[in-house]
Amino acid sequence: MVFLLQQTIRYMVPMLIVALAGVFAERSGIINLALEGIMIMGAFICAAIVRVLQESGMFLPGSFGAQLSIIIGFILAAGIGAAFSLLLSYASIKWKADQTITGTALNLIAPAIVLFVANVFFNQNKIQLKIDAASWCIIKMPQGEGFFHDLLAIFFDRTYITTFICVAIFVVLSIILYRTKFGLRLRSCGEHPQAADSVGINVYKMRYIGTTISGALAGIGGYTYALTIDGGSATGAVAGFGFLALAIMIFGNWKPLNIAIVSFVFGLLKCLAAAYASIDINGDGIYLLKELSQNVAFFSSDLYNLLPYLVTLIVLAFTSKKSRAPKAEGIPYDKGQR
Amino acid sequence: MSKVKEFFAKIGRWFKSLVVAPSPEVEPKLKTFWNKQGTRNASSSLLAILSGVVIGFVFLLLFAIFSPAITFKSAIEAFRILIGGIFYTGRTDTGALSFGFNPQLFGDMLFRAMPLLMTGLSVAIAFKTGLFNIGASGQYLMGTWATLVVALSMDTTVVNPFFVWLLALLAGMAAGFLWGCIPGLFKAFLNVNEVITCIMTNWISINLVHWFFQADNNKGAAGAQFVNFVDNTKSGFILKTSTNGVVTPTFGMDKLFPGSQVSGGILIAIIVAIVLYIVINRTVFGYELRACGSNRHSAKYAGMNDTRSIILSMGIAGALAAAGASLYFLSGHTEYAWTNNMSLPAEGFNGIPVALLAYNNPIGTIFASMFMAYINIAGEQIRGATAYNKYISDLIVAIIIYLSAFSLLFKDILSGKIFAKKKAQEVAPATAETVAPAITEVEPQQNTEQEAGE
Repeated sequence: MVFLLQQTIRYMVPMLIVALAGVFAERSGIINLALEGIMIMGAFICAAIVRVLQESGMFLPGSFGAQLSIIIGFILAAGIGAAFSLLLSYASIKWKADQTITGTALNLIAPAIVLFVANVFFNQNKIQLKIDAASWCIIKMPQGEGFFHDLLAIFFDRTYITTFICVAIFVVLSIILYRTKFGLRLRSCGEHPQAADSVGINVYKMRYIGTTISGALAGIGGYTYALTIDGGSATGAVAGFGFLALAIMIFGNWKPLNIAIVSFVFGLLKCLAAAYASIDINGDGIYLLKELSQNVAFFSSDLYNLLPYLVTLIVLAFTSKKSRAPKAEGIPYDKGQR
Repeated sequence: MSKVKEFFAKIGRWFKSLVVAPSPEVEPKLKTFWNKQGTRNASSSLLAILSGVVIGFVFLLLFAIFSPAITFKSAIEAFRILIGGIFYTGRTDTGALSFGFNPQLFGDMLFRAMPLLMTGLSVAIAFKTGLFNIGASGQYLMGTWATLVVALSMDTTVVNPFFVWLLALLAGMAAGFLWGCIPGLFKAFLNVNEVITCIMTNWISINLVHWFFQADNNKGAAGAQFVNFVDNTKSGFILKTSTNGVVTPTFGMDKLFPGSQVSGGILIAIIVAIVLYIVINRTVFGYELRACGSNRHSAKYAGMNDTRSIILSMGIAGALAAAGASLYFLSGHTEYAWTNNMSLPAEGFNGIPVALLAYNNPIGTIFASMFMAYINIAGEQIRGATAYNKYISDLIVAIIIYLSAFSLLFKDILSGKIFAKKKAQEVAPATAETVAPAITEVEPQQNTEQEAGE
């Protein structure tokens, strides 16, 4: 049970942060379909830079050096994600380009650049951090027994420092979105930009800010994904996490608290898909899910992989009438149009 | 003699009419041609392609600067192969690149263009109805699945192989049709954005197919009988359809391009494109689709069945994408590998740039898909001949799509509007009156462009 929840949190964190990235873009009125591409860029460039830093010998294997290099990569990822997202916001805000097409183009550009560069410089399709991330970058808790220890272990044993930073960012940005003047203005640009403009809000500027924040968050999400889930390797793919984050955002009705709950559920399913054979739910030494999959072919990892998308589809069918999607999302803002 | 003279004079007059207007009411033919929507679209696409290739060249040069292993000479060579594409015939004895007619690469281009053409048509017909079919990957997969199951499970000693081939193609199209209908139904009845439902159905389909075939872990997988256990060196592959004797007729294409993978599928695909062009532009059904794409509500107001149009459009789009998969795998020498359930087939996504470059014109799609296949093959030749790798072609294609989203900008440049604006600004302070008629001239043109664009 402890292991299951630990793993779930590990899978949940990138989804959480990338889904919030989607919220920031859409609430400002831009559909950010490029989340996947931005994640790939963030993951790859930061893994490359951290690897070069490691090779230069600046960060010795040790808890402090390791965590420092992670944090440097983290900041870089935010910057690179933000920069890459400018390609989207410039095309869709300045030139009123179709946002879904631009997003799709970015989703194709990112893996192409990543694979091209990786093959030129490293002669392979991926970049691996020099030292095994799963043993090197985690924070460990001393061994212990009892309920209280287990409870702490879920959150603090074998965790990555990125988990705490991401959760903190999530909370802070959610509060900003709902409890500040800036957040209200950003949301108004996604609902009714003409009205927002009429009271003196610069819609173009707010949309640029929303998309840039979104890019920074997606870059962070990609880096977190590469570090924690992919074991410190960055390839030209993030296994559809960007699209999964979109599903979470829709399922969560564009609201941060709902997103947190939904990404926990989806994280659980992703965790089951990846590790159902080695999960012991109630700690009695019987691997229930593994036995189930051996007896009934229906319960395979594909089922757990497929469920999030299927559930989102079904939920969409039932809640489409109540959907609170930002009204102006995807529509380029034209000052002359009132 | 006089007849010959007259004939030449006629030709001369025709050429003159291209550039010089015979009377003030009639504009020169070249100008009319230039102002045509199709010309504008094609030249705008060509401009996007040109810019993409130039940016690709800059990338090649950048890497020649930053990577010690790559010289400038190889950057230039890579660029030459990129342009030469299918005409590259290897290096001569002195190590220089040589170009000429290469039947193998030419045939390969036709073969690879086939699925791209079909997915491109799929995206294009959805665009005509105002829908963005990003789900071509999923429809392609469902088509693959149904086709392979039918082609491999029917006994060809009992049933005529050609009949099995036809049945497999139809089964693939039916699966794609049904799969494409899902986003259509969601859009028509619940008004859910089709992009979202397409993404969901994409990922559902890859896991469904993986689930069906994955026999390594689960011996009980339903599709275990189709897995290639014969060639022991391979894992995660489905048997070729040729093992069951089900192969697309080549129509003599293999004689024309010896040594290549080409199959008759490309001819079928081209015929489908032409039929689709006629259906969209010359039938009531096609008109209803386009009307629905321009404005769903006004189409409904005019008495058209908008729900039917949306569902059918998505269904046909799905069937087309699936047919691409069917033709690709029924060619007999391609195998489906299902090992990865984390990435979608690229053919589905590459249908989007094909449709965009062709401005959703089915005839244009033929050329756009050929271009995509051309650049894809050029990328592979670059990998063989230089220190670069094939992903440069992916990169160039991605840049071209990104640029084609700027179509508004390109059209402005082509129609000279941007320069006109600057001139107008320069003149404005001096004589406001002379500028005013110029503006009134520009405005109606904008309107007609928008109407035609829809």
